[in-house]
Order: sequence, then structure tokens, then C-alpha cells
Amino acid sequence: MSPTLLVMLVMMAVPVAMVLTYSTLSNVIMVKKPEFVGIQNYLTLLGDPIFQKALGQTMVFTVTSVLFHLLLGLTFALMLNSVLLPRIAAALFRVVYILPWVFTASIVVILWQLLLNPNGVINYVLETLNLISSKVEWFSNPSLALGTVIFINIWAGYPFFMISLLAGLQGIPSDLYEAAAIDGAGWRDKLFNITIPQLMPIILAMAMLDFIWNLQQFPIIFLATGGGPLNATETIATYTYNLAFSKREFGLASASGVILFLVSAIIALFYVRHQKARD
Amino acid sequence: MAALATTARTRSKTAQKVGLWIGLSLGAIFAGFPALWMLLSSVKPNTEIFQYPPTFLPELFTLDAYTGIFSSPEKMRFFFNSYIVALTVVALTLFAGIMAGYALSRFSFPFKNVVNTVIISVQAVPPITLLIPYFGLVVALKLYDTLWALILTYMVATIPYAILMMTGYFNTIPKELDEAVKVDGGSSFRALWQVLVPAARPGIVSVGAYSFMVAWNEFLFALTLTQSQSNRTVPVGIQLLMGEHSFKWSEMMAMSVLGSVPVLVLFLFFQRQFVSGITAGAVKA
Repeated sequence: MSPTLLVMLVMMAVPVAMVLTYSTLSNVIMVKKPEFVGIQNYLTLLGDPIFQKALGQTMVFTVTSVLFHLLLGLTFALMLNSVLLPRIAAALFRVVYILPWVFTASIVVILWQLLLNPNGVINYVLETLNLISSKVEWFSNPSLALGTVIFINIWAGYPFFMISLLAGLQGIPSDLYEAAAIDGAGWRDKLFNITIPQLMPIILAMAMLDFIWNLQQFPIIFLATGGGPLNATETIATYTYNLAFSKREFGLASASGVILFLVSAIIALFYVRHQKARD
Repeated sequence: MAALATTARTRSKTAQKVGLWIGLSLGAIFAGFPALWMLLSSVKPNTEIFQYPPTFLPELFTLDAYTGIFSSPEKMRFFFNSYIVALTVVALTLFAGIMAGYALSRFSFPFKNVVNTVIISVQAVPPITLLIPYFGLVVALKLYDTLWALILTYMVATIPYAILMMTGYFNTIPKELDEAVKVDGGSSFRALWQVLVPAARPGIVSVGAYSFMVAWNEFLFALTLTQSQSNRTVPVGIQLLMGEHSFKWSEMMAMSVLGSVPVLVLFLFFQRQFVSGITAGAVKA
């Protein structure tokens, strides 16, 4: 086989095999001779109400994030690609729109902790506009925390979509639009009959990649709320981390990591099939 | 009639233009205001940040937060570590990518079919899942709490991308070119460095920028595989300071500005290569 596959094998396949083995052992790493427990770790996890809650919240987090990444990314890409916009303005706006992606997750979270501070600028603006009557605790209110974390994640992640879609938009042949203009098509017809169908392969591919990334999102959630308050923002990633590195339950953590891996792998399989179909 | 239709069209075009500019401005506030607030807060005294109602422009402009960071060896250490890790990862990744890419491109190899599969299989394994065996391996190799633990694990993410990129670039360079060097008595090593590497410069920049960004921004492994404060990188270091000197906001914002500058500069200089790097997975290369 080729060297690439060899490198991949050592760096990815071996650790994956290790974690699969760990997931069938009683508290591995912490005890000298762990016992083989079969699928007991998986059963323990699936019976844990917090794990079930985390699973549901992971889905809510991921689906909402991907949906808004797509919506914002598409809207911004269409605006930047408009013929009505001078090229210099388009270049400037593009840099501004890409900004959120320049910041690393840990900086993103600190920044939003300042902005969303109960005495911070966002509460001040909302109060001045009479949209809220008292200062909102965006992170520590259990019914708001998940929405807040999702919002931050949407802000930080849409530029990936926007950049890919912008590249895709520039690849659409202009004679398609010219032909439609001759037929008297308005912008709405052009958008839904030409632009979106032409972008569909990229939209699907990006949505699947983004789904995998968000499923695995760790630092934003961990740093913003640590999975709290009252597990209101717990996802599989933060749950796995806490099992391994605060509770030192490496067997259970491995099982939880394997479950996250399996869900990602299923999406990845769809992605590969989708890409093959495009060839 | 024709004149009427033209005015109607101009009017609707003006309306579209106004709509577009309103949309663009709203988008710019959403995307850019947080970054602007970070910059403004970094030059306000801490007491002013706590004022309610908040001030927009600083009433008292000060660079104290920045001088505070530059004069603290403890904080400069985070930056030093981040640069060491990121630059080492870039150098080693480029070396491995160029050597492997050269070998691959000069052998017949079903390249295209493997590209997407490899990219996606790297993405499919969650970092948190890999972290558990890596933690065990790093401890066993006595690399726990060293910068090498970070450098080696980051290369897992950067090397596959580097090999794919470099192979792709070398494939576009005709074999006759390096044959010519060999005919003149040069080694294949010389052919690689004198002919192929210069020709593949855009790919090298793209791989370098991508690798730098991965290494500079990584949080989870840096948090878990190092322990002592002197081995922390910027993303983890900032969070430590958040916990310790709770809410010295102006200093936190100055740290954030300094921590974001390298990636911002890279991006502004190499926009095109960045974009092609990001989209390689989704848009066909």
C-alpha cells in the first residue's frame, strides 16, 4: 500500500483500535490489570439519563448550528457576489465577514463572555431598545444557556460555509443567468432555479462536513459553560471529556468516544458516497 | 412605454441596491462588532469596562494592558510556546509533505480516488476520541507535559493534508522537467529542491498557513497533554488568566488581540491560498 495509507494507519487506525479495546475494559489506564467487560460500558452509558440528555442536546446543537451556518453563509456569499456591489467594497466586506473565523475558540468564548456579561454591552443595547426588562444571565440561566452557546458557535463557524459557497458561486456559468434574463426571470427565479440547484453539491458536501465538525465541537461549549448549568449544555464531547479527565473513568469515556466516532463515521460514509457520485 | 419600463427598472435597481447595502451593513455589525469591541476594550482602563452604561470609544485611552503583558515573563511565555509549537509543526509538516508528495507523484498511484476518503477519514475521528489513546501513548513515551506532545499530535491533523496537497501539486509538474535535471547529472534530490519545490510554491504556502493555524489555535490537546504553566500555549494560557485574575477584562482583551494577530496577518497576506485550502474538502480541487 502507499505511504499515505501507512501514515494514516499508524496515526489514526492504531489509536482507534486502542480506544475500541479500552471501551470493552473495566476502568482501563487507572488500574493495572483491567478486566474485560464486553459491552457493559456501553450499557451503563445508554442507561445514564445525563448521557441521554447529552445525546439529545448534541443533536439540537449540531442541527441548529449547521442550519444557521448554511443560511448565514449563503446570504453573505450571495450579497458579496452581487453585481451591484463594487469590487473594492466586496473585498472589504469579505474580510469583515471572515473575521469571526480568525479567532481561536478560547478567544471567541472570552470575547462573548465580555459582550454577554449581565452588565455588558448586549444587555445594555437590548435594555435601551426595551427588548428586555431586567439584565439577562445568558450563561447561567439553564433555559438560555444552550441557546447562547449555539449562538456563539454559529457566529464562529459560518465563514467556512460562506467561503466555499462564494467559490461555488463564481463557478456558475454566467450564460445560465443571461438565458434566464432573456426569458424575463426575476431574481427570485434565478435564485431558486439556477443558483441554489447549481450550488447543491457544495451545499450538501459542506453540510455533511460541518455536521461532523459540530458534532465534535468541544472548546466553545467546554469553555463557555463546561456543560452546565445543571447539564443544560452537556454534549457527548464535554461528557466524554469529563468522564476521562475529571472522573478518570477511561473505560466509560472510551465507550462514549466510540459512540461519537460511530455517528461521525456514518455521516462521513454518506459524504464519501456523495463525492463518488459527483465524479 | 419603453421609457416607462426603463424608469421602473432603474427604480427597482435602486431599491435592490439600498436593500443590499442595508443587508451588508447588518451583516458587518454581526460579524465585525465583537472584534471591534475587543480592540476598543483592550485600550480602555479596566474600571471603564465595568461602567454601566458602557462607553463605546474609550474615555481614557491607555496601552497599560499591552505593556502589562509585554513586561510579564509569565504571559510572554504563552506566546513563546505557541510560536515554537506552531513553527515546528509547520517546518516538520512541510518537510514530510514534500518528501512524501514527491515519492507519491513519481509513482503510479490511484491518487484521485483516495483524496476525499483520506480527508474525510481524518475528520471522522473526533479529537476527544483520539485524545484518550494519545494521552496513554504520550505518558508511555514520557512526553507528557512537554511541547513535543503537542507538536507530534498536531502533525496527525496537518500531515495528511500536506501529503495530499503536495502530491496534487507535483502531479501537475511534468516528469520531463526533473528528468532533465538528472540528465545534466543532478540527483533526484536536486530535482526536487530546484525544480519541483519552487513550482509548488502556492501549495507550500497553503499547507504552511493551514498547519500554522491548526497548531496556533488548538485547545483540547494543549489543555490535556501539558500541565505546568511554563508549557501552556496561548489558547490555554488565556483561560488560565481568566480563572486567576478574574475579570481583568482589558488585559484579557489585549491578550486576545495579540493572540489573534498572527492568524489575521497570515490570512490577509495569503487569502487566496487560505481559501483554496479551506475549500479543498468541499469544492473539488
